[in-house]
Amino acid sequence: MTADKKSNGASRRAFLKGAVAAGGAVAGAGMARAAGEPEPLITEVQEWASGFGEGVDATPYGLPIRFEDDVVRRNVEWLTADTISSINFTPIHALDGTITPQGCAFERHHSGAIELKKEDYRLMINGLVDKPLIFNYADLERFPRENHVYFCECAANTGMEWAGAQLNGAQFTHGMIHNMEYSGVPLRTLLEEAGLDPAGDLKDKWVYVEGADASSNGRSIPMDKALDDVLVAFKANGEALRKEHGYPVRLVVPGWEGNMWVKWLRRVEVTDGPVESREETSKYTDTLADGTSRKWTWEMDAKSVVTSPSPQSPITHGAGPLVITGLAWSGRGAITRVDVSTDGGMNWQQARLAKEGESKALSRFYLDIDWDGSEMLLQSRAHDDTGYVQPTKTQLREVRGENSIYHNNCIQTWWVKESGEAENVEVS
Amino acid sequence: MSKSLKLYGGTALGAAALLAVAFNFADRNITPLPERADRMGEAPSNPDLGFIAMARAASEPHGNYNLGRMALPEEIAAWDLDVMPDGTGLPEGSGDVWTGEEVFIEKCAVCHGDFAEGVGNWPSLAGGDGTLADKDPVKTVGSYWPYLSTVWDYVHRSMPFGAAQTLTVDETYAITAYILYSNYLVEDDFVLSNETFLDVEMPNADGFIVDDREEAEAHFWNTEACMSDCKDSVEITMRAAVLDVTPEEEEDAAAEPAAAEEVDTAAAETEEAAAEPAAEETAALDPELVAAGEKVFRQCKACHQVGDGAKNRVGPQLNGVMGRTIGGVEDFRYSKTMAAMGEEGQVWNEESMAAFLADPRGYVKGTKMSFRGLRKDDDIAAMTEYLKSFSD
Repeated sequence: MTADKKSNGASRRAFLKGAVAAGGAVAGAGMARAAGEPEPLITEVQEWASGFGEGVDATPYGLPIRFEDDVVRRNVEWLTADTISSINFTPIHALDGTITPQGCAFERHHSGAIELKKEDYRLMINGLVDKPLIFNYADLERFPRENHVYFCECAANTGMEWAGAQLNGAQFTHGMIHNMEYSGVPLRTLLEEAGLDPAGDLKDKWVYVEGADASSNGRSIPMDKALDDVLVAFKANGEALRKEHGYPVRLVVPGWEGNMWVKWLRRVEVTDGPVESREETSKYTDTLADGTSRKWTWEMDAKSVVTSPSPQSPITHGAGPLVITGLAWSGRGAITRVDVSTDGGMNWQQARLAKEGESKALSRFYLDIDWDGSEMLLQSRAHDDTGYVQPTKTQLREVRGENSIYHNNCIQTWWVKESGEAENVEVS
Repeated sequence: MSKSLKLYGGTALGAAALLAVAFNFADRNITPLPERADRMGEAPSNPDLGFIAMARAASEPHGNYNLGRMALPEEIAAWDLDVMPDGTGLPEGSGDVWTGEEVFIEKCAVCHGDFAEGVGNWPSLAGGDGTLADKDPVKTVGSYWPYLSTVWDYVHRSMPFGAAQTLTVDETYAITAYILYSNYLVEDDFVLSNETFLDVEMPNADGFIVDDREEAEAHFWNTEACMSDCKDSVEITMRAAVLDVTPEEEEDAAAEPAAAEEVDTAAAETEEAAAEPAAEETAALDPELVAAGEKVFRQCKACHQVGDGAKNRVGPQLNGVMGRTIGGVEDFRYSKTMAAMGEEGQVWNEESMAAFLADPRGYVKGTKMSFRGLRKDDDIAAMTEYLKSFSD
């Protein structure tokens, strides 16, 4: 079983590579058809069409079928000193639609993914409130609940690409993102339960939110955001949060950088100023060319990327009908339009959005073309409902230099070769 | 245990009732969240639910739902530890540079270096002044961090890595003083305390501006995006393949990374262990126990390497540890106690390893290993067997 699984995964990848190496020639089924011989897959009774498959309950909680075992999160080891405080990447090159399955949604930990039981979970609301309160998990489930789909993007997504094209795959360049449907209680509801009268004028007030893990990752959030759309979430995509995403309770801060989405949320303090914690001073600040740094760059700028074809998802079928697809998102609102270029940005055509853009959630776009088999420089360009248009890397560098690390939302280019292989490149 | 079972039994019933309500209303339109739902009645008392009862005793009517309970002052004191830039939240205490150096070398230098210069990929905390506009800025406490409160707060709550919240208030002042000294920001006779805290000037305090994207990047809000003939020509100016830093996809099934390892059951691990050359060489080893030990070892992997090419990381490499003199890896800096045990000629054998793994800090007072220990004897036996399978 295990050996099968492993060799199968490897041979599938070998097949993909083989197909690409053969110059996009169509292997297997297509060849048989071309030769005019009937396919044994059809003419001969296959094992699965005669015997039994697995009974129910063979896997009480199902995992993807073994043929998909290469659709997994991946780590770039040289990025960080230790996996305990590190990040990995969602395999966006292999997914479709917009909802990210929890099991392959990127992870970012500062002190490892802790195991915290619901029974041991406590949430404290304190600071400038009428009554400092403690909620347990069961309390949270008794407040009126909301459901929303939001993307969560690490501010460092695409951060390795500032100085040049570096990582060869959409998973690595753009995979610090996931998009889930959250169920939870508005933070506003919990703050009102504790009472905000002592805070006086809420305009210049903040909340400081922190997690229960050893890093006690904490961030300051201005009160108007806290009262707007921030969610204290306990379910994602219909089921409990995964350990690696903050089980049993995490904060959802729509449209804002992932570091603020504090996992294992244990405390919300109403304060009269920002705490200026480690994560909002020494990290998650964006150094400009002259050495000054921007702080409080919370919103994620509009951004998009072609997920296929891409370096990890080459074209294996040769010329003819080709689906170009990708993702687009904006931390300021909804995606209204995505343009795609096949010639490195000289000419653009409007792609088709799978459905109307939703605020602060991923949009899926498609451009269906008849590929003539010649090389392409594939790009995508997102527009959001504030009128923002995704800039080129050159435009970004003109304002920010190359040392920002965070918030790189530049237009990405894949060089798709005649063979169908693709490579991460920068263009003039 | 029985208490929590009962509690959740109650919750489940409640959820069932809610479900029924939801079902009844399922064909109606979506309604907005209630602005203010009716206040809940008093929950029926249940003497079995000890902690709930306690909570209720400490509660006063509050909010729109009267859910949760009042936080007790001791609880707030235990969790509300953050320190603001103006020093609000700092506890009374003090520490000097030389004490700080001692504590730093003992508890921080493993990752951050003796002089706070950073080891390998771990953060450097000193140096880098004047580099922020360079091609590769060096961002340290001295060159970058705008507030000293951030240093004190982070060290106090989140360090040392793997043993957070074990430093005393005075140790935290001392370490912070030493980091300042390493950055030439204070003299060697400096004593940092809640009183002197605001005397320290951070060099990059004025180096930050509030997000100005909407002004500085106003031209990105451009609804007239060019659609055709936007430029005359396009050249490839840089290729990722040239750098070649993308992780390789594993061709070799045996070297498949964690995903396969975690998904699969013990069968795979037994297979792998049986294939270990080391296991074959040492006939006395129990392959099942070795396999079980490999699983237990996952808890250690963050700090220790073992096997081909193992190197010292946060902890020493463990090849040949069984039979080795305690504190015996030459280029690793052990705690004083562990080094002394080695000097006395003590050796890692089944007995000493079991005692250490059961209670690391009890067996080696002052050990740098922050691991809390293995509770089960089976795990200790498996771990010992696993370590035995890696002879030098």
